[in-house]
Amino acid sequence: MDLVLFLTFAFIAVACALNMSLQRHPVSSALSLIGVMVSLAVLYVLLGAEFIAAAQLVVYSGAIMVLFVFVIMLLNTGAEKLTKKAGLAHFLGFPLLVTLLAIASWVITNATSTMAPVKFGAFTKGGPREVGWELFTRYLLPFEVTSILILIAIAGAYRLANKEMD
Amino acid sequence: MDYLLVSIIKTLIVAPALLATLAYIVWVERKVIAHVQLRVGPYFVGPHGLLQPIADAVKLLTKEDFIPSGVNHFFYWAAPWLGLMFAVSGIAVIPFGPQVDIFGTKVNLGLADINIGLLWILGLAGMGVYGIALAGWSSNNKYSLIGAMRSSAQMISYELPMALALAAPLLLSNSLNLREVIDTQAGFVFGFIPNWNLFTGFQVIGFVLYMICAFAETNRIPFDLPEAENELVAGFHSEYSSMKFAAFFMAEYCNMIIVCSVATALFLGGWHPIVPQAIADFVPTLLFGGSAAVLFYHGMNNARPNDRYSFPVFGVIFAGLALLFLIPGLGPILNSLFWFLGKVGFLLFFFIWVRATLPRFRYDQLMKIAWLFLFPVALANLVLTAFGVTFFSK
Repeated sequence: MDLVLFLTFAFIAVACALNMSLQRHPVSSALSLIGVMVSLAVLYVLLGAEFIAAAQLVVYSGAIMVLFVFVIMLLNTGAEKLTKKAGLAHFLGFPLLVTLLAIASWVITNATSTMAPVKFGAFTKGGPREVGWELFTRYLLPFEVTSILILIAIAGAYRLANKEMD
Repeated sequence: MDYLLVSIIKTLIVAPALLATLAYIVWVERKVIAHVQLRVGPYFVGPHGLLQPIADAVKLLTKEDFIPSGVNHFFYWAAPWLGLMFAVSGIAVIPFGPQVDIFGTKVNLGLADINIGLLWILGLAGMGVYGIALAGWSSNNKYSLIGAMRSSAQMISYELPMALALAAPLLLSNSLNLREVIDTQAGFVFGFIPNWNLFTGFQVIGFVLYMICAFAETNRIPFDLPEAENELVAGFHSEYSSMKFAAFFMAEYCNMIIVCSVATALFLGGWHPIVPQAIADFVPTLLFGGSAAVLFYHGMNNARPNDRYSFPVFGVIFAGLALLFLIPGLGPILNSLFWFLGKVGFLLFFFIWVRATLPRFRYDQLMKIAWLFLFPVALANLVLTAFGVTFFSK
């Protein structure tokens, strides 16, 4: 059952990711990205990380992508036109892609050869309580640094928006 | 295997019940608004218009499914069903009653009992925007697009204070599982004040904030800017007809039911009654029995000729309902369902009442309320609650 669900949603995630780069309309691409994020959330649930899955739904597909779609609509961008002038990409694109995938698979197989594969249902510390505990004890410094980073980003956005108005 | 079977049976009960409720809540809304405005509302299809929802459904199903020119076909088709799907999925984590024994099997009243119940609902609420945004964008109509933009901006803004308002009762209950949240609200303080988060958790401000945000999240008056009739024709669903239009309608009402259920679970103690248990067991019986008695009395002393026959029929139905609550095995289950659905029903009535009473906000007012009033107050409420929990939980 777990394996069937995993394969289904892994396939959906990959299909949506491909679709995202193949589509020419920004809204279609954005929605494919949402598909990727939702299927990733399902994969998190399958692995037992339910809080991360919920956060994925709430933050990424529920808030960030809504802003993406909102901005695309606000700018009212149409479908992109394919250009035929990218000669370099035409010749180098496919070999480069193959090289990249080869390097990635080599790194992954080498780096994870010593690790045990993840078993469905073996990880039980993915609830909100456990994640919160870890976040406020072991990872307190990175957590606080991230919050300050976000604060700086907000201040910067505010400054930029104010500059535009003046 | 047991689990699968029980889940299927529960789904088979909840899904038709939800659809029937969605149909009849429209009838209730039309009736209530009509009576607030001194009209009678739907009256001709069936007694007091009771068959009106069925007539509406037939009308919507048989109407021409019109597709305007220049729309983006895929998204135009997908948007209403996407919106409906996200709305209906929320019902899966709402607990309707406690764990009960049915033929020796322990059954949780409610579809799924997951540890991230509330986050699931928040996630779906965020995703629900896509139905509206895509509908407005793909319709190729400037009014639809304006409606969709308003809706996205409004939902993003109101999700913040809503989440903050919901966080305060979660602090009190120390869980994200709606069933556990309700379980912590059982019992009474001093024997008569119910131990709900609203009363003993001092969450009156949180409750009011949540209800305001709930109105905005469900696009209801006074926050129905996305479909403001006198500015935008019908906003994001101007170009929709037939079942696609009905899907938007159902999604809106389903969202209403879900936000009311969440308010009931987090603030109003879920299925725990407002009066002590010894009295509470007889409240439904008394209520339905009293209604039956009133109906019998007015049937005997009829004002209109038809009342002589129609009132006693409904009286018998109500008396039967009253007796159902007294059956030993069934009584406790129905009792908790009565209290939960009663609270949800009251909040739904409140939604309708507000719609009949208040005018619409202006758009700048809408944004000002969210960012300059609701957000700081919700934050202060959360901080105060956190301090309270730390001081008094020791």
